[in-house]
Order: sequence, then structure tokens, then C-alpha cells
Amino acid sequence: MLKTSRFRRGTVFLFVATAISFAFSAGAPAQAAAAKCGTVNLADNAWVGYEADLAVVSYIMKNNLGCKVVVKNLSEQVSWQGFPTGQIDAILENWGHEDLAAKYITKQKVAVDLGSTGNKGIIGWYVVPWLVAKYPDITNWKNLNKYASLFKTSESGSQGAFLDGDPSYVTNDAAIVKNLKLNFKIIYTGSEAALITSFRNAQAQKKPMIGYFYEPQWFLAQVPLVHVTLPKWTTGCDTNPKTVACDYPPYALNKVASAKFMSSGSPAATLLKNFSWTNADQNSVAKSLAVDKLSDDAAAKIWITAHPAIVKQWLGK
Amino acid sequence: MSVAMLSKPEKELKASVVKRYKVGIYLGALSAGFIFFAVLMRGIATLPLDTSSLTWFQSWLNNVSDWIGNNQNSNPFFTFFINVIRDSINAFVTGIQDLISQSIGNNASPLIGWLGIVVLLSFVAYTVANIRVAILVFVGLVSLGLLGFWQESMDTLALTLAAVVLALLIGIPLGICAGLFPRFEKVITPFLDFAQVMPTFVYLTPVTLFFLIGPASATIVTMVYAIPPALRITAVALHEVPWSSVEAAVSMGSTRMQALRKVQLPQAKRTMVVGINQTIMAALSMVTIAALIDAPGLGKVVVTALESLDIGKSFQAGLGIVILAVLLDRTTTAAASKVDAENSHLVSRVRHRQILVAGGIVTIAALLISRIYNWAGNFPGTGVIGSDIARYADDIVNWIQNHFVNVTNSITNGVSYGLINPIQNLLTNSPWFITGFAFVLLAMILGGRKLALISTVCVLGIVGTGLWSDTMTTLASVLVAAIATVAIGIIFGVWIGRSKRADQIMRPMLDAGQVLPAFVYLVPFLGLFGATRFTAIMAAIVYAAPASIKLMADGIAGVPASITEAGIAAGSNKWQMIVKVQLPSARRALALSTNQGIIYVLAMVVVGGLVGAGGLGYLVVAGFTQLNLTGKGLAAGLAIVLLGILLDRITQAAAARSTLERTK
Repeated sequence: MLKTSRFRRGTVFLFVATAISFAFSAGAPAQAAAAKCGTVNLADNAWVGYEADLAVVSYIMKNNLGCKVVVKNLSEQVSWQGFPTGQIDAILENWGHEDLAAKYITKQKVAVDLGSTGNKGIIGWYVVPWLVAKYPDITNWKNLNKYASLFKTSESGSQGAFLDGDPSYVTNDAAIVKNLKLNFKIIYTGSEAALITSFRNAQAQKKPMIGYFYEPQWFLAQVPLVHVTLPKWTTGCDTNPKTVACDYPPYALNKVASAKFMSSGSPAATLLKNFSWTNADQNSVAKSLAVDKLSDDAAAKIWITAHPAIVKQWLGK
Repeated sequence: MSVAMLSKPEKELKASVVKRYKVGIYLGALSAGFIFFAVLMRGIATLPLDTSSLTWFQSWLNNVSDWIGNNQNSNPFFTFFINVIRDSINAFVTGIQDLISQSIGNNASPLIGWLGIVVLLSFVAYTVANIRVAILVFVGLVSLGLLGFWQESMDTLALTLAAVVLALLIGIPLGICAGLFPRFEKVITPFLDFAQVMPTFVYLTPVTLFFLIGPASATIVTMVYAIPPALRITAVALHEVPWSSVEAAVSMGSTRMQALRKVQLPQAKRTMVVGINQTIMAALSMVTIAALIDAPGLGKVVVTALESLDIGKSFQAGLGIVILAVLLDRTTTAAASKVDAENSHLVSRVRHRQILVAGGIVTIAALLISRIYNWAGNFPGTGVIGSDIARYADDIVNWIQNHFVNVTNSITNGVSYGLINPIQNLLTNSPWFITGFAFVLLAMILGGRKLALISTVCVLGIVGTGLWSDTMTTLASVLVAAIATVAIGIIFGVWIGRSKRADQIMRPMLDAGQVLPAFVYLVPFLGLFGATRFTAIMAAIVYAAPASIKLMADGIAGVPASITEAGIAAGSNKWQMIVKVQLPSARRALALSTNQGIIYVLAMVVVGGLVGAGGLGYLVVAGFTQLNLTGKGLAAGLAIVLLGILLDRITQAAAARSTLERTK
């Protein structure tokens, strides 16, 4: 019997070997080669606004410049790690990250700041819209303690629950709650998916909810969350993370690219430098992606066809 | 997985066996004493730490990881050693990808097109297993294409194969060493525990620092998780070979090496194939996590779909992963039982050879066709069935959410207020030395002095990480999830163990529960149960219960026929049969399924951190995403490992004790 199994194994190997050598010898038809642009490695961070930037930029790179675009799905921190090794050429929408900028732009000089994407990032405290219709004064932080008991859940003990999202976003919420003496407990939901689902359910089931959120974000097109005003942000009011008692600063979202790639003379470098659009632009592409469930290319094509002049300007023509 | 270690404490135990009723009294006194002191001294020395604060140990870990980042390009260790490893793994993975998934050069399809792969793999399934498995493989692979994810599936398969081959190359030789030399096994066991319980998120960032973004990092992350089962089960396989047969061989003049090759390995073969099976499952369960560092394939689809909470699409891709898992599982399981049955092969040799030759010719033809014609190279169509499935999944989830949300909300609140909150309040408000001392005493009662020492080290280690309070938060949820898992394990395990039919119905669902990426069901669970600890517990149960059920069913089915027949003869009814005969006889399986249930629940702690459970899981995730929290994330990972070792050793001691009592 041992003999049989040996014979069997031998045959299988033989077949596989023959098959593979046949496969090598019979060639498939070749496609046209790519043009001068070469390869561009773009980081893909996990939120839909970023995806919208990426869809449009990579569509133009592929179709107008003939680049080969390699998209890498990475978290923000890991994306920055790709600059010194040449594995990432550009991050298209960066939210702050002073620590990483100091490390890779200022100290190691492997990355450069390409300036604003044109999008204004707003971070802050938001409540579900039905709540504002019922309690109009809830949008002022001074009234939050009055309503704290509304927000009590199984997770927050005797206090109101305040929901935080993905830990990669900058938050001062714990300090703000403490320093403004608000009767709330921070619940770390741990992901954007959990935060959005919570907001969506709260609105649908008419339950009170307050949490950390940001614009531009596709979800606001579905449920228009309402911004709660905190004490106004002034320069320096949030320098010490322990004593923060003010709102978040407005963020100018920026693009970051590998220094080496920017000096390579690739036409894609010019596009990255010139790329800039409004929150409304990004939201329209984001909606195509997240709500209408179009593919990246299809969503990009709709926007690009509608805005030829802007694209022309980006290409430096 | 930790099966190997079960038999060890037995010897030590024999000396210190305390009679059963005495143990019962001790445990009762211990619980009463713990609750009394915990309540009496509540709020004292609970060691809380703000989410954004760091202890010196955590800052030190931060500095270590910074140092590595800064020196990775100048230090010769990195430039030579690491680079060589990275380049060879990269070459290996991309080689397989070129073969089955990625179009190479200017060609539109990979070296072997879809038709070639389908026929080739079905043929391989036939040769290593049987015709039924071959048909299953054929249907399964085609349905992957119909789902619309042919290339992604093949990328996942390529990465899994690469990781499994490398894991076996490392795991089997080391496992043989561990099986032959008990001292080596002792040394390596803590490392295996570490590799299995340490959350992958903790080393995701460091791995990309060393091995860069790309296939090598993804493969290594997968390997770290897949090597332990390969190694452990190989060692168990060798332990199972009766020592007398080795002695007989040696006394007849064989050298030790010959005895290993001719006697031990052939006899251990069947269990070793089970090890390969578990290695594959472990590798597949890493698919979505590896996608966070750009591993290609189905995991990426799941992660991207999560961005826009696209439940349908993530389910569609998750289904692909389940199909791959079922195919690989059935093929290896059938191959294992064939190894067993090889000597009683009944099909005539000539006939068998004819089938093989015919199959081989068809395979070569299919490979050629898939190379020449485009329809056989790239899977035709755009996965219409796939998008239908996605839409149905969406509709079903929405329907459930709309109709049951009041029910699920009350369940969440009931369990949270009635069970989780009291346990968590007790644990987080109790002074650390009271809770720690209770653990050490428990270990002393169940396992003697040595286990008490191990427990002391674990407790002090957790205090040292600076995350005692967070660990207690996590422990509360872990306990609730573990209790539920064990209960489900017993109920379904008994049912499946007693009925072949139930086994056939439940098996595919159990497999699905084990390999369906948690990301797929997190969003629907969030919709039903909110961002709560209860959602985290539910996710943990979905993942852990299948392992518990399988082990329990195995134990019940393994109760010798002579015992059950005696029960029938004594006139027991069905209920008496289960409670008085089968469960007591399967006590060892019960203990093992409890142990594995807890370990699997711990593996989901990090996922819990993504849905609102807070505690250690959240800190690990935060460490993965924020530079200044890297050290804290590492410390949290360490605390999970220490908690895991603590719970593992204590339940194992309980397991060893219950088997010992049975055999006495």
C-alpha cells in the first residue's frame, strides 16, 4: 500500500510540474505599457472623506497622467512610517498629527507638507438633531449639566454618557469634561463604526446622545448632527492637555508627501501640490461612495466630468 | 491548543490531592472571604489610571519603540538579518501570487487562470482526500468567483498558503523537539502562550517598522499566530505514541533517530494532520487584521466596507473567507482520516490509477485552456450573485434592527445592570492586594504551591504594567462572556455529541463562527446592542462558543459505548443518561472546553475595545493608532497576556484535578 501512495504522490508532482511548464511556455496577449509617470504609492486611511480625495486624485493620475497608482490601506501612523522607506509617496488628507510631523518632516526631513487640501476640518461636540428640536438650549455647554441625566446609559453609571470614537483622532474630551465640571462620563467606543452606528440609532429611536464628531463627514448628509458650542478656542488655550477647557481649533487639513518623490519631477507631484477643493466637493464624492455605493472610479468620474476647469488647474495647464 | 500542558500538573498534584469535599469548602470560604473584604475595603488601592496618563514603565516602552524606529536603518542587525528575511518572504509570497492571483508583467491574468486553479485544486483534493471533497472544492471555488471576489479570494489563499507553509516549516520541527524533550517543551510553552494571547494589534506597528509595509509583514503577523497550534499539536501527537513501542524498537537495535522516523512519526501522523488543519484555521482568522497593514485580499474588502458601514458588502467578503475555510478544513480533515484508513484501502489499485491518470490529463488541459483563453483566465461576470447576497444581508439586518431593537435594548440593559455592573463594581473597587491574594489562594487550592507562585508573578506583573484597574474592567466582561460560552458549550456540545444529525447541521455554522471576521458582525451587533460592553461580550461568544461546543461534543461522543450501554441497561431515561452518565464521563472535555473558551474570549478583548467595552482592549487599539500611547498599548497587551496565563493555568489545574478524581 505504501507503494501506491508513493506512486500517487509522484504522479501529482509530475502533473503539476508539467502543467506549470506548459503554462510558462504558452504566453497570453500583452497589454500596452504605461507612460512616463511611473508608479505612485498612495496611502489609503480608513475614512470615507479620505477615500473621496483618493478616488479623484488616483483617477486623474491613471487617466490623465498615465501613472500606475498603488493604493495601500493603512492606519495613519503606519502611513507616515512609509515615508523614510519610500513605500508611501503621499498622504492625501492629514488631520494634525504634530508629533508625526515633527518626527518625519522637521527631524528626519523625509516628508514635506504640501499645504491645504482646501477642506476645513471641524472637530467638536455634537448632539442628535431631534434632541435640539425638543430642547433648543441644549447646544450651549452651560446647559449640558441640566440635561445630563437624559444621557445616562448602562455604561455610564450615575453620570451622562459622552461617546468618543476612533482613538486615532485627537481628543481633549476627558479634560474638557473635568475642567468645565460637567456631569458626564467619557465612553470610549473605540471605532468610527461604533460612533456612527450609535448616532444613527439614537436619531432613529429618538434617544438622547452626545458625542465627539467632525466635519467633513458623509454621515452628516444622512443625519445632520448639531454642533454644541464650547468656550471659544483661543490660541494657546489647549497647549496643556490637562487644563484644556475650550473648544477644538479649526483644522486646515493638509497633504503630506515624501520629499524624495516631490523632487523626482513626476507629473503626479504637480497634481499633488495643486490639489485643493471645498468641503462641498468632497462631500458630494463621499456621498457617491458611501450612500450610493459607487466604485471609486465611477464616483470620481462623475465629479471630474462636472468640474473640468478645476481639474485643468490642478494639472497646471 | 494548550492541550499539551494538561497532563503535566497531574504528577505534582497526586501528592497534594485534597479530598473533593474539602476543596469545595475551601472554594466557598474563599469566595465569601473575598467578597467580604472587597466590600469592606472598597475604594482603597484600586490603582486607577487616566486614559491619557502614562506610568514610567509605559513611557519607557515608548522610548524603546522610538529607539527601534530611529535605528532601524543604521543598525547592522536590521540591515542584514531582517532585510534578508524580509526579501525572501516577499519573494515567496509574490511568487505564489503571480501563480494564482496577480496578473504578472503585461499579462491580464495570473500564470494559472481560474479554470486551471479550480480543476487543479479539485484534483489535488481527490488525491489527498476523496471524490466527495473534490466536488465540494470544485463547487466552493466556483462560488467564490460567483460572489465576485475571485482575485481577492486567491490573494487571501496565496497569503494563507505562504504563512501556513512557513509556519509548518518552523512549527513541526520545533514541535518534534518539544515532543521528544520535555525540558524544551517547558521552556517554549510561555513563548507559545505569549504568541497566542498577545493581541496582534500590539505588534502590528513594530512589525511594519522592521519588515516594512508589504506582504512580508502580513505573512509574519499571520505566522506568529499560526505557529503555536502547529507546534503544540505536533508535540501532543508524539506524546500520544505509546512509549512501549519506542522501547521495543530500541531494544531491537534501532537507534533513537530510527525509532523516531520509523515508529513515532508514522504513528503520530494523524494527529499531526489535525495540527496542520488548526494552523490553517488560525492563519485564516488573521486575514482581516493583516489587512490593516495592507495585506491583499478579502480582508481588505471587509475593512473598506466597514468605513461606510456597508454591512452587505462586508458580509459578502466574509462569506468568501468562510468558504475558503470550509474547503481547506474539509480537505485536511478528510486527508487526516485517510491517513488513518490507508491500510484498509478497498478501491482496486488499477482502477484508482486509471482515475488518477484521467484526472491528471483533464487538469493539464484545464491549465492550458486557462492560459490561452481569456474567459478561462479571468473569472467572467461581475459577481451578480454576490451583490444579490449583499442586498439580502442588508435587508435582513435592517429588518431585524427595525423589529427587535426594543427587545435587544432591554436585553442589553438587563444583562448590564443585573450582571456586568455588579461584577465590574466588585472587581474595580476592590483593593488590588485583596483581589490578587484571592487569585493566589485559588491557585493554591486548585494546583498547589507551584501554581500559587505563577499566579503571584502574574498578579504582580499586572500591577507592574500600571493597568490594574483596566484589567479588572476587562476581567469582568471576560468572566461574563466565559460563563455564557461554557453554558452554550455544554448545551450544544451534549446535543451534537449525542446526535450525528445535529453534528451535520451545526458543523458549518460552528466553522463560520470561528472564521467569519468579527468586523463583519460588529456593525449589526452595534445596531442591536449599542456601543456597550454587552456587544463586546456577544462578539466574544460568537467567536469562542464554537471551540467550546466542538470540544464538548468530542468528549460526549468519545464516552465509551460500554458505559452508555450500562446506563441503558440500568434503565436510565434520556435526561438521567446525560446528567448521570455522559457528563460525568466527559468531565475532562468539559474542563478543556472551559479552558479554551476562556482563551478564545481573551482573544476578542481587543475587538471589544472597538465597540465600546473600554478596558485593556481599547488601550491596545489606542496604542496602535497614537504614537505617544504606543508604550501604553504594549503594556495593555502585556496585561492581557498575564491575565490569560493566570486564567489558563488555573482552569487547567481544575481540569487536571477533575480527571484525577475520575480515575481514582
